[in-house]
Amino acid sequence: MTALSRRSSDAQIVVEGLEKRFRIARRDRGLWGAVKGLARRDYQDVLALHDVSFQIAAGELVGYIGPNGAGKSTTIKILSGILVPSGGRCEISGLVPWRNRVAHVARIGVVFGQRTQLWWDLPVIESFELLRDMYRVDQHRYQRSVDELIALLDLESLLDIPVRQLSLGQRMRCDLAASLIHEPEIIFLDEPTIGLDAVSKLAMREFIKKQNHERGTTVLLTTHDMDDIEALCSRVMLINHGTLLQDGTVEDLRSDQRRVVVDFQGVPTLTPDHQRLLESSQGERLVFALAGGVTEFLGEVTAHYQVRDLVVEHPPIEETVAELYRQARSSLR
Amino acid sequence: MPLLRKGRRGTVAESLWLYGRLVSQSIRAQLQYRLSFTLTAFGGFVTSVVEAVGIWALFERFGSLGQWTLPQVAFLYGLVNCAFPISEALARGFDVFGKEFVKTGNFDRLLLRPRSTVLQLAGHEFQLQRIGRLSQGLAVLAWAIWMLDIDWNIGKVLLLLFTLISGVVFFYALFIFQATISFWTTESLEMMNTLTYGGVETAQYPLAIYRGWFRGFFTYVVPLGCISYFPSLAILGIADPLGSSLIFQVCAPLAGYGFFAVALLGWSLGIRHYTSTGS
Repeated sequence: MTALSRRSSDAQIVVEGLEKRFRIARRDRGLWGAVKGLARRDYQDVLALHDVSFQIAAGELVGYIGPNGAGKSTTIKILSGILVPSGGRCEISGLVPWRNRVAHVARIGVVFGQRTQLWWDLPVIESFELLRDMYRVDQHRYQRSVDELIALLDLESLLDIPVRQLSLGQRMRCDLAASLIHEPEIIFLDEPTIGLDAVSKLAMREFIKKQNHERGTTVLLTTHDMDDIEALCSRVMLINHGTLLQDGTVEDLRSDQRRVVVDFQGVPTLTPDHQRLLESSQGERLVFALAGGVTEFLGEVTAHYQVRDLVVEHPPIEETVAELYRQARSSLR
Repeated sequence: MPLLRKGRRGTVAESLWLYGRLVSQSIRAQLQYRLSFTLTAFGGFVTSVVEAVGIWALFERFGSLGQWTLPQVAFLYGLVNCAFPISEALARGFDVFGKEFVKTGNFDRLLLRPRSTVLQLAGHEFQLQRIGRLSQGLAVLAWAIWMLDIDWNIGKVLLLLFTLISGVVFFYALFIFQATISFWTTESLEMMNTLTYGGVETAQYPLAIYRGWFRGFFTYVVPLGCISYFPSLAILGIADPLGSSLIFQVCAPLAGYGFFAVALLGWSLGIRHYTSTGS
C-alpha cells in the first residue's frame, strides 16, 4: 500500500488487482459432441488474469514478458479499452479505458505484431490520411509528424504501395508509424518484432528507443525476444498463468549463475570438488557451472591444471527466463 | 477528395464527412478491379431478372394472386427490390461482420480508433456491384407504375419516396441485427439469412395472402409489411382486405426507423458482451 501511494502521484498507468475470467464453452469431440453442444453447453471458467497490479510512470519503457497464454495480450487489451476486466481497477491518465473508450484510445497508440491496423487494399499514404481524419489531427500537425515518421522509419519508397503487397518488415514499420501519427502519450506494442529479420529488428528497436528518449512516450512492450528486452527496457514485468511473478530491472532477471569454459592442455584429472561443478565436457574443453566464488575457482584451476584458455560467461537471459517459467509451472502443480 | 467539406470537430457533419471519406476510398478500391465489378454487377442483374420472370410465369399460370394483378404485385416487388440492394450496398460492413470482424478478431482494430463502431462499419465498404440488382428493381417498379393507372398527386409521390427510404432503413436494421448476433455466435448466421433474404421474398407478395400469425409477425415484430404492403395500398388506392386505415398505411413506414433504433440498442448490448467476453 505504501509502495502504491508513494508512486501514485506520477503514475500514468495504474493497475490494481486486475482480474479477468473467460468462460469457455466445452464441447465433446466429434460430430456427436457438436450436436450435443447445440442443446446444452458446459462452460469452463478460465482465469486469464489474477490480481495483477502495477504502476507505470510517464516516460517509462517497460517490457512485459511471459510464455504464450500467460495473460500478456489480455492485459494489453484491457489497457487499450478493448476488453472489460472481471474485477480490479485500471486508470490511464485519469481515464478508465473501457468506460471512456473513445477519449482513451485517442491518446494511445497500439501495435499488434500479428495483425495490421492499416487498410489492406489502400496505399500506405492513404491509410495514414484516413487515420489523420479518424483521429482528428489537423493538417499542420499531421504533416509535421508524418514527415518525421517517414524519415525515421525510411518509408518514402513504400508510401504508394498497397499494404497487402508489403513485406512483413515493411508492414511493421508502416504499422508503427500509423500508431504514432496522432502523437500518443502512450504506446502498447504487442510483439512488435515477431517474425522480423535481424536488420528490421534492429531498426525497430532503435526507433522505439528514440521515441521513448526524445519524445518521452511511455512504452509497454510484450515480446518473446530477450534481446528486445536487453536492448530496450529498464524495467521488466514477468507474468505467468495470469499472475505477475516479477517486476524489476533487467539485472534482476540475470541469475548469479556463471559458466566457466576452460580449454585444458590434455584431458585433466579433476579433483572431486571440481568434478561436482562440471556441467559438460568435450575433449579438452570442459564447462563448469558456478553459483558464486568465481575468482577462487579461477585461481584453483590455473594453479592445479595446465590451462590454455578460459572464458567466463553469463548464461543467456533466455535460460534464466525459461527457468522462471518452469518454476512457476511446477509450483502450480 | 472529400465529398463534403470538413466540418467542425465532433459534430454530426464531421462524422458524415468522415463517412464520405471512407465510402469514397471503398469505391476507389473496388474500381481497381473493374472487370470483377462489371461481372458481379451484371450477374446480380441477370439473377434478379430470372427471379422476376419466375413471378411472371406464376401469373401466366394462375392469372392473379387474390385480388392482386400482376402489375400490382410487380409494384411491391419493385419497391422491395429497390430498397434491399441499396441497403446491401450501404450495410456491407454489417453483412460480413461475423466472418470478417468477429471470427478474425479484426473488430479490435475498430475499437482501437476513437470513433463509433457503427460509423466505422457503415464506412467499411460501399458495395457498388449491387447496382445490378437495383437497376432490375427500378425497371420492374417503372414497368408497374406505367402499367397501373395510379392517380398521382404530390402526396403519393412523397409517400413512395418515404416508403423507399424507410425500406432501406429497415433492411439496414436487419443487417445490424445479423451483425449483433455474431457477437454471440458466428455459426447460426443461416438463421438470419431467413430473415433478410426470406424477408425480401416475403415482402414481394401482398401480406394479405399469408396466415394471421405470419402477418402479425411481419407487421409488429419485424415490420416488413410496414415498409412495403401497407404504404403500397395507399399509393395504389386498394382497399385493404385486412381493414387497415389510410392513416395507418401512410404512417406505417415510420416503423422502419423504430426498428432501426432497436437494432442500434441491440448493437450496443452486443458490444458490451464482446468486450466482457473477448474473442
